[in-house]
Amino acid sequence: MKDHRFITVERILKTGVVNFLRNIWISIAAIAMITITLTILLFAIVANATFANSITDLTSRIDVSVYLKDSVTEQQSNQLIADLKKVENVKSIEYVSKEQALKDFREDHANDPETLSAVSETDNTLPASLKVKPNDPNRLQTIKDFLDKKEIQALQSEPTSYSGERKEAIDSIAKATDFFRKAGIVGIIVFIIISMLIIFNTIRMAIFNRRDELIIMRLLGASPWYIKGPFVVETMMYGIMAAIVSIVIVWGLFAIASTLEVSSLLDIDFSRNYFSRHLWLIVIAQIGAGIIIGAASSAVATRRYLKLK
Amino acid sequence: MILLDRVTKVYDRREAALERVSLHVESKEFVVIVGASGAGKSTLFKLLTREEKPTSGKIIVGAIDYEDLKDKDIPKLRRKIGVVFQDFKLLSNKTVTENVAFALEIAGATNAEIKHTVPKVLDVVGLKDKARSYPRQLSGGEKQRVAIARAIVRQPKILIADEPTGNLDPKHAWDVIKVLEKINRFGTTVLLTTHNQEIVNYLKRRVVTIRDGKVVSDRAVGSYKTV
Ligand SMILES: Nc1ncnc2c1ncn2[C@@H]1O[C@H](COP(=O)(O)OP(=O)(O)O)[C@@H](O)[C@H]1O
Ligand SMILES: [Mg+2]
Repeated sequence: MKDHRFITVERILKTGVVNFLRNIWISIAAIAMITITLTILLFAIVANATFANSITDLTSRIDVSVYLKDSVTEQQSNQLIADLKKVENVKSIEYVSKEQALKDFREDHANDPETLSAVSETDNTLPASLKVKPNDPNRLQTIKDFLDKKEIQALQSEPTSYSGERKEAIDSIAKATDFFRKAGIVGIIVFIIISMLIIFNTIRMAIFNRRDELIIMRLLGASPWYIKGPFVVETMMYGIMAAIVSIVIVWGLFAIASTLEVSSLLDIDFSRNYFSRHLWLIVIAQIGAGIIIGAASSAVATRRYLKLK
Repeated sequence: MILLDRVTKVYDRREAALERVSLHVESKEFVVIVGASGAGKSTLFKLLTREEKPTSGKIIVGAIDYEDLKDKDIPKLRRKIGVVFQDFKLLSNKTVTENVAFALEIAGATNAEIKHTVPKVLDVVGLKDKARSYPRQLSGGEKQRVAIARAIVRQPKILIADEPTGNLDPKHAWDVIKVLEKINRFGTTVLLTTHNQEIVNYLKRRVVTIRDGKVVSDRAVGSYKTV
């Protein structure tokens, strides 16, 4: 009799799915553990991307504002810009005129007539300024040294502003990222181990329950993979189930969080957006991870508990 | 067809279950193996299906020398030998048809082949009308005939039946023996072990007697007396 490979693969898959559906209640603990693992994994991925985005975003907005005296001439300011460009770590320089400053001020305080009345075109007390963007916001010293020179100080109407607040925000997000990354890795490892142990035990029980059938299969000349395959397929199904549930959970958590408006650290809108944009990649990655966790542990479990002679 | 040359099998350092057993079975023969419980009959069959390895001696079945047999070749070997057990070993959650089809599925037969072959084999063992029954709905004799159908569905050249009538009342035992005779008439080599004196004397076939792991007699048309 010819050995039809394709039909054998089909039968292994079919038996695996049938056994999965039959044992779904026994497998619930294993599925739950993989779900937790994959939920942590997914949350870590989305949070990591969100934090990275927040940092880039804030970093791009960090700047050094140099306020110029009204007496500074156009030639002086052009010279200053040219000199600043040569300073290490300077990325770009933007000149904000007195008129532009007034316009910006009015936009910022549109709902505040009292403050608005304090300035006017005829009595514009706002200084012109240079917005200096650094390449690396953590290394502002070179810029600071340059601006602190006596002759440069003489051109400034008020002390240089270094966007200190934003720097602090970046530092706290960087710290949170680091913490989440470490906690995520530890959590994932711990839960992968627990998942695998529970899958082991589930498969051991399944092997025990189907012992008679397995012995008969062996005596009738079933190949080892014909016997082991359905167990591996069954645990791959756990992984697929868990992947779907974890995606729903994480999606649900972000949806709820966005309505609560409590998010100060995590940019929930970005998270949700990231989630939607990468949905297919996430689905594939989660299912892939679930399948690998399931298949790997059952491959080891069948090796260990299915001694085929 | 089957050749055993001075085969010895020792389990766990105890005395030999089989000791220097030599046996030659021709193609299409019907051989009855008799002997008291513990004589070594099942051990002999387990050596043929490679459930056990001989401690020493040579086994050749068909063109296969068991010395050259690798682990991965064992499933293929087992698909070539039909086996029937005293305790039937049917799957309780499968119907008669499904139990028989199971052996074909394992061997990679297509669904069309299975659909075509199974009813024919059920007809041979006289169970056409029980096709949809589950094992629990069958008598012992019927169960054993399902097991025989499963054993022959892949058309093996050899059928080994280890005390297939051991759990059956006389009427059902005869049904099973008649089916085995029929299968042998179709050209399959049959090896049968039994305790039953009546069956041995009825069959008038070659009888090999084993006692304490040794072949003590081998007669062309044998009879058997329990001692
Ligand atoms: N797996 C085993 N391990 C150890 N001893 C065994 C095993 N199988 C059979 N035996 C021993 O080998 C001898 C022959 O057994 P067996 O072949 O089953 O005899 P029979 O089938 O003729 O009753 C007995 O003494 C039995 O206890
Ligand atoms: Mg026996």
